[in-house]
Amino acid sequence: MTDRKIPVTEDELHAYVDRELPAERRSDVEAWLSTHPEDAERVRSWRAMADVLHARYDSVVNEPVPRRLELEQLMQQRRKWLYGAIAASLLAFVAGGGTGWLAHGAVASPSTFQDFTEDALDAHRLYVVEVRHPVEVPGNERAHLQAWLTKRCGWNVRAPELETTGLKLVGGRLLPGPTGPASFLMYESASGERFTIYTAKATTETTQMRYTAQEKDGAMFWADRGVGYVVSGASDRQRLGQVARLVYDQAEKADKNGS
Amino acid sequence: MIPALRRYARALARDADIADDLVQDTLVRALRSERLFLGGDVRSWLYTILTNLNKNRRRSLARRPQFMPLLENNPDASGTEAESRDIARALSTLVEEQRAVLLLVMLEGLSYREVADIQGVPIGTVMSRLARARAHVKASLEGERAPLRRVK
Repeated sequence: MTDRKIPVTEDELHAYVDRELPAERRSDVEAWLSTHPEDAERVRSWRAMADVLHARYDSVVNEPVPRRLELEQLMQQRRKWLYGAIAASLLAFVAGGGTGWLAHGAVASPSTFQDFTEDALDAHRLYVVEVRHPVEVPGNERAHLQAWLTKRCGWNVRAPELETTGLKLVGGRLLPGPTGPASFLMYESASGERFTIYTAKATTETTQMRYTAQEKDGAMFWADRGVGYVVSGASDRQRLGQVARLVYDQAEKADKNGS
Repeated sequence: MIPALRRYARALARDADIADDLVQDTLVRALRSERLFLGGDVRSWLYTILTNLNKNRRRSLARRPQFMPLLENNPDASGTEAESRDIARALSTLVEEQRAVLLLVMLEGLSYREVADIQGVPIGTVMSRLARARAHVKASLEGERAPLRRVK
């Protein structure tokens, strides 16, 4: 009976050993192995290999986890990183003096934006390196993207036109923000430099524009009419300021037209 | 989950300190990401981060001169010690993608589907990498056992 069955392939032998073979084929493979000693020997050697691997590495599982890998320890590092970012933004604010311009006068406490810049820079770093799936909705569906993000976020989400500074809309995605949904838009230049615009509900109505840098990445952030904006990109401050200014101006214009 | 990640990293990178660095970077990245709050398969996702970090690490290493760690070659080693040394050596001669597949399937017990998602390739590619990895390790282990019978 078995010899009328389809011969067993090498893939099936692997699948058999790894328990990936459909149940109804298992007995066929077992029958095959009883009459094909070379295949039976291969299967035996793969199982022995697994045993040696486990014998060699399973002891790691029982070692005490080093302190530096404890989650509590890592969370603390994260807070340190956060404080570092705030310190950097304060420093930039003081050193930069007049370069940040006053939007509407109010000055937010540094903590207002800690969640924002942190989330925005994390999202920036996470997605700018993505080649295949940087966004959920591509930039050629701009109208759909804007409508979708506006509906989910609850404020008017517009993807600004940044072509004048050489940036094309790659697309956007929805992210969880500090107090609710956040919109995340990505732009790219012909040379591959990527900028992202992150917006989420802010606790402060309006603030002036600030700059912060973290390793290779920089961010300009501000709040306007209860919405916080973070424009992230390479830490070239002038270039970033130019892009942020365009984003700011267009949001301003859209709001004036809208209300 | 952390102990299993450490096991995978140790087998992948061999050096215990480098392995724990990889685990640390993986966890830091995971903690910084918003994905944690979206749920989904955290286990697969952590293996994905670690696999990619190691790939990047090896890529940057490849641009520098290689320092192969000297292997202890104790002829008096008992059977299991010798086996354990041989498997580490065999793993180290695998190409990166094949080593990751072999370890994820055989050591960590992940399904072909999960490994395909981790590596971003079709299942067929995972299976052919696994087959090649097994053949290579088998040959390597048999070569180690019987060096005198090897005829060129």
